[in-house]
Amino acid sequence: MSTAALHAEHEAHHEHKESFISKYVFSMDHKMISKQFLITGIIMGMIGMIMSLLFRLQLAWPDDQFSIIEMLLGKWGVDGKLDPNFYMGLVTIHGTIMVFYVLTAGLSGTFSNLLIPLQVGARDMASPFMNMLSYWFFFMSSVVLLISVGVETGPASGGWTVYPPLSALDKAMPGSGLGMTLWLVAIVLFIVSSLLGGINYISTVLNQRTKGMSMNRMPLTIWAFFFTAVLGLLSFPVLLGAGLFLIFDRSFGTSFYLSDIYLEGVGALENIGGSPVLYQHLFWFLGHPEVYIILMPALGITSEVISNNARKPIFGYTAMIISLLGISFLSFIVWGHHMFITGMNPFLGSVFMILTLIIAVPSAVKAFNYLTTLWRGNLRFTPAMLFSIGLVSFFISGGLTGIYLGNAALDIQMHDSYFVVAHFHLVMGSAAIFGMFAGIYHWFPRMYGRMMNNTLGYFHFWITFITAYLVFFPMHFMGLAGVPRRYYQFTLVEDFDVWVDVNKLITVSAIIAGFAQLLFLYNFFISIFRGKKSAQNPWGANTLEWTSPIDVRLHGNWPGELPTVYRGPYEYSRPDREEDFFPQHIPDESAPEVLETEKSKKAPAEKEAEAETSVFFAAVKRVFGLG
Amino acid sequence: MANHTPAAFENQPMWAGGRSPFNVSYGKLMMWIFLLSDAFTFSSLLVQYGAQRFSNVETAVTTVWPDPASIFNHFPFMHGLHLPLLFVSVMTFILIMSSVTMVLAVEAGHRKSKKEVQTYMIYTIIGGVMFLSCQAWEWYTFIHEGARLYGNTFGITEQGYNHLHSVGFADHFEWAPGDRTDGPVPFAALFFIVTGFHGFHVFSGVVINVVVYIMTVRGVFERRGHYEMIEKAGLYWHFVDLVWVFVFTFFYLI
Repeated sequence: MSTAALHAEHEAHHEHKESFISKYVFSMDHKMISKQFLITGIIMGMIGMIMSLLFRLQLAWPDDQFSIIEMLLGKWGVDGKLDPNFYMGLVTIHGTIMVFYVLTAGLSGTFSNLLIPLQVGARDMASPFMNMLSYWFFFMSSVVLLISVGVETGPASGGWTVYPPLSALDKAMPGSGLGMTLWLVAIVLFIVSSLLGGINYISTVLNQRTKGMSMNRMPLTIWAFFFTAVLGLLSFPVLLGAGLFLIFDRSFGTSFYLSDIYLEGVGALENIGGSPVLYQHLFWFLGHPEVYIILMPALGITSEVISNNARKPIFGYTAMIISLLGISFLSFIVWGHHMFITGMNPFLGSVFMILTLIIAVPSAVKAFNYLTTLWRGNLRFTPAMLFSIGLVSFFISGGLTGIYLGNAALDIQMHDSYFVVAHFHLVMGSAAIFGMFAGIYHWFPRMYGRMMNNTLGYFHFWITFITAYLVFFPMHFMGLAGVPRRYYQFTLVEDFDVWVDVNKLITVSAIIAGFAQLLFLYNFFISIFRGKKSAQNPWGANTLEWTSPIDVRLHGNWPGELPTVYRGPYEYSRPDREEDFFPQHIPDESAPEVLETEKSKKAPAEKEAEAETSVFFAAVKRVFGLG
Repeated sequence: MANHTPAAFENQPMWAGGRSPFNVSYGKLMMWIFLLSDAFTFSSLLVQYGAQRFSNVETAVTTVWPDPASIFNHFPFMHGLHLPLLFVSVMTFILIMSSVTMVLAVEAGHRKSKKEVQTYMIYTIIGGVMFLSCQAWEWYTFIHEGARLYGNTFGITEQGYNHLHSVGFADHFEWAPGDRTDGPVPFAALFFIVTGFHGFHVFSGVVINVVVYIMTVRGVFERRGHYEMIEKAGLYWHFVDLVWVFVFTFFYLI
């Protein structure tokens, strides 16, 4: 279909009034779907955060009673004391929500949907219908997960990794019953959603780029979303396979993951022959790429925001892409570092260790490129910029502890301790959520046509940044001292009792961090309706999303023809330009555009190949005397 | 929205934007990407099969694993005859023939010959249904023989028993050659789940083929001007066949 035809179709489309349902509920406009993902993600994030505050209260004041716990949890918090089983449930669901629902779907779903079509110059996703399905599968999945929190026996409570046998045997713990079944249902729905989304993202990036938007002119956000989608596409099916076998173990009497188990002193069941370690292998084959699925979109957003607000080209554009590619590739072959203590052959352990440590190389490339982009830049400290710099800080401080944990010998000491909790909350939790905040502050004008309040943004940033370090940094010391994660109450263990003051500090900081998020929520929702009207291109950015009108809602993104792209996305502060940015879609009068040379018009490679072929055949014919 | 049909691709460098770098529509590209993802699903199932079979001490010795050829040796209406793997070979042949008819349907679609597309799609659908029916019979016989998800009544081979005995392992299990007590447990469970998952794919394929067939009959593709939908259904169908080759190899031959 030519652009003109599309345009006509679009005009025709625009005339009839959209109903509320087709506009806001079952919308096929990627911009609306991204808002749906964002708001669902924010709600899930709030729930996940409140859960973490509840179990933080328990850890800091295990002997006190909190009426709020009884008020919120009813029979799980009788007399204001958190039930131990529900504590496990809270930890599990907090992890699940944050990893899958906020930082995978909430982050990737929001910004891939918003930015891929807008930044590559497409009218919409390749398949808007599948895109809509993707959101609604995600929505159903969220609903099922939230329902599982309310069932009588409690939610799944074996940790977000749901290792068997805890997850495979109904009787293992209360949460292993209906709660676990619903968890699995929710995850299967989530995998379907992620598959539908991922297929769409990849084919849109490959197929729907506008004229001139070659791969090496794509913003780094798009590169990051592209690799993220590939990772999700290849790793989630493996979780599906693992989940399938787990479902059979739970409900149909197989014993793939079960062997020789004793429950309450009795040999549980006839289950023999299975291996719970097999589940761990499959889970972490998803689980490790998953942490990059979480992190990479945040890194992409940061590249864009930092370059834009430093008013400098990103340092090492190609290096950034190659490092993303390297991280993506390596992420598939390092899952064993989660399993050093499962009795893995030490030789295999050292292979996984080396591969894991190699990830430090592309990660360092990214960190240094951020720093060198900032170096002597004309910095503009918008809230988005601050959050991006915050991400770089967390990425470095959390990444350094990754080098500790990647060592098989050290990991045996630190496995399953608070050191691990500190590490991943900094490097993928805080870093990714800061990337998400950066994205929200930066693209809020693009989403709603209004600006967010800067002052509230600064408060939000500084409080969150400081409290995040206050929460997670002390955990390193706890972990090094051997404090294990997922314990309900440390005061009962003499050795760990000394940490109670630290636990109080962490909990108080976490509560302050929680209040800071209320600032954000207020800012976000008020600005949707009352924010200052935004200019068309408020940040002076080069990328295409700011060329599509932001004040009118347009399914199809551009009123006329699609913009043509003439250069890369990071041409800031060019000495030969008056303005300090040079948008991708503006032709350069002084330099002839490569796209329009005679050579490229004729697609020379194909023509030459054709000519060569005919010369070849003519020669063959001559040899056989046929010419 | 932006539906690039191959004809609309502009004559410019492959990756420069404004066209599909592979000269395919987004729909076909999506099918390829989906198949890549699905390949990982099946790989994970087959990896689990391999792990279950070869990493456990008691089943690591191949001879301990029940011999498929002596179990899948039945054929409808030929009761009592020992016909190892004959029936499954017929099944495989049917499925592969249905792939051939699918190719012919796709080729007819290129020529926009509605009638031929209909004919070959019908053959393909019949092939798929026959395969599923054969699988149902195969499962029925297998279950009838005592296969269960939670146990294995096929015992182990005598060689396997002797081997286990020689390494002092047989004492732990009440296995004896010949008597059909519990053998390696995951044998039947893996068979049911993996062939079942494949059968589910074949079933989906048949449903897709029926839908595509009805669309052909009602002239949807004629109006659309191209039969690309047949190609997409064909990609899926060939993939399902390809997967069967692996499933067949793992469960019947090894």
